[in-house]
Amino acid sequence: MRPLTYERAGDAGAARAALAQHGRGARYLAGGTNLVDLMKLGVEAPTHLVDVRHLPYDRIDDTEDGGLRIGATVTNNALAADARVRESYPVLSQALLAGASGQLRNLATVGGNLLQRTRCAYFQDVTKPCNKRDPGTGCPAREGDHRNLAILGHSEACVATHPSDMAVALVALGATVHVLGDTGEREIAMPGLHRLPGDEPQRDTVLAPGELITAVQLPGLGRLGVRSHYRKVRDRASYAFAVVSIAAAVDVAADGTIADCRIAFGGLAHVPWRAEAAEARLRGAPATEASFAAAAAADAELAAARPLRDNGFKVPLARNLLVRTLVELSEGTEGAAR
Amino acid sequence: MTDVSEIPRTDLVLHVNGAGHRIRVDPRTTLLDVLREHLGLTGAKKGCDHGQCGACTVLLDGRRVNSCLALAVAHQDAEILTIEGLADGERLHPVQEAFLERDAYQCGYCTPGQICSAVGMLAEARAEGTELDADEIRERMSGNLCRCGAYVNIVDAIGDVAAGG
Ligand SMILES: Cc1cc2nc3c(=O)[nH]c(=O)nc-3n(C[C@H](O)[C@H](O)[C@H](O)COP(=O)(O)OP(=O)(O)OC[C@H]3O[C@@H](n4cnc5c(N)ncnc54)[C@H](O)[C@@H]3O)c2cc1C
Ligand code: SF4
Ligand code: FES
Ligand code: FES
Repeated sequence: MRPLTYERAGDAGAARAALAQHGRGARYLAGGTNLVDLMKLGVEAPTHLVDVRHLPYDRIDDTEDGGLRIGATVTNNALAADARVRESYPVLSQALLAGASGQLRNLATVGGNLLQRTRCAYFQDVTKPCNKRDPGTGCPAREGDHRNLAILGHSEACVATHPSDMAVALVALGATVHVLGDTGEREIAMPGLHRLPGDEPQRDTVLAPGELITAVQLPGLGRLGVRSHYRKVRDRASYAFAVVSIAAAVDVAADGTIADCRIAFGGLAHVPWRAEAAEARLRGAPATEASFAAAAAADAELAAARPLRDNGFKVPLARNLLVRTLVELSEGTEGAAR
Repeated sequence: MTDVSEIPRTDLVLHVNGAGHRIRVDPRTTLLDVLREHLGLTGAKKGCDHGQCGACTVLLDGRRVNSCLALAVAHQDAEILTIEGLADGERLHPVQEAFLERDAYQCGYCTPGQICSAVGMLAEARAEGTELDADEIRERMSGNLCRCGAYVNIVDAIGDVAAGG
């Protein structure tokens, strides 16, 4: 095992400088629920940890446009329990509570959740080849165990999915990620933080080395945010990663047509997947099961799905999930079944 | 192989069950290993060591966490409460009482984690103002597995405390 040193950063500048100074073996540490796990598995072997949990990013502030600015070190439980989130963005609270466990969510942070690595079994097993962990060694999942892996946007090099539930809700809500890098602050609109694997599956996101996530901002969405819901299909009733999940929001106008809607899927791709084609088709359409079914069937993205040998079931599952969730949201019965 | 003497060690101070402890460890050491191997507090159990079973649950500033994924060095400012510190002298904590009353264990391996998790969970629900029924308790306790399947009695025991019984 390689030796490891640890330091706690007091401000963002110090954190970034410490990471740069220690070079390629340095990592930011937040809750540690993914990084420490990967260190035990031998997937990560950092030589220096820069603890960012004490940076002054533990607040959730109101913004001028009626949205929220969520600090990167806010814990997953604190975010899920925030009254403003529960009221104005129920989909986010529900997505968080659908993930991991109460104990894990007390450690896990917003920044760490966004940057957690895939749960692909080969990635986590250092005795197996894996292009994401060890570029150029191959992808055993393509012919092996991929029941839970991608049907959209995958590449020859990697068919992994992004495991975060929170990120799916953030994509549906149109959140912006604030990061601090060499050239100062920049904002990345979700879903732009995560990237498709292409021929560089080792890169999960567009972040440059050392870039620090400082906050996630939610736009004020009014009624659309309030009428939002997260539903997760998993192999066990609780405490398991998603097979397929959906984050959806629908605002039905007084005349019964869809004023606006947002749809994002989890468990289908290397990124949380925004279903823009389905959204575009639904805007202005009557809020009926027939519209939702037509949008799901016609969704150009789902139509382009390229399932692997054992995960074709995800295509109808995603469609059914979309129809059911939108029907319930437009009828106001989404709380009925969890 | 790295010569053990070359492994950087860190001095740290941990506050556990009301007492300060000064120890010297490899910064990689988890809170669970410090509790069990350096402080002799073996109540928190090592089930999976990967955040999946909850046997290692302790309270950090009143919040339940998996001590197997928390690095000790990162939690020096926290008040750490383990199962050993839960009772008030000879008087058991109400959740401990309820587990005894309801026979909420068989082998007992998961029990310290279940109890610490329940204490944290009850505080979370109280802070949110959420009423706890059996389904809600099951969902909120899903991070604690019991190989013996004592779930029915565990949920009943926690339900008793939630109801103030
Ligand atoms: C048993 C188990 C079950 C789980 N189930 C689910 C589930 O169902 N759904 C789900 O969504 N998740 C699940 N998770 C994953 C969990 O949500 C993540 O581990 C957690 O959100 C990571 O947050 P953290 O703060 O602990 O990150 P860490 O482990 O501390 O860090 C993760 C990564 O992010 C980087 N990082 C952290 N903060 C920053 C920052 N501010 N800027 C830049 N880089 C940063 C770190 O360097 C590291 O690479 C599960 C985990 C476990 C162990
Ligand atoms: S799918 Fe990606 S993460 Fe999984 S084995 Fe293939 S390259 Fe590795
Ligand atoms: S030992 Fe920590 S969760 Fe299993
Ligand atoms: S009582 Fe044996 S594991 Fe729960």
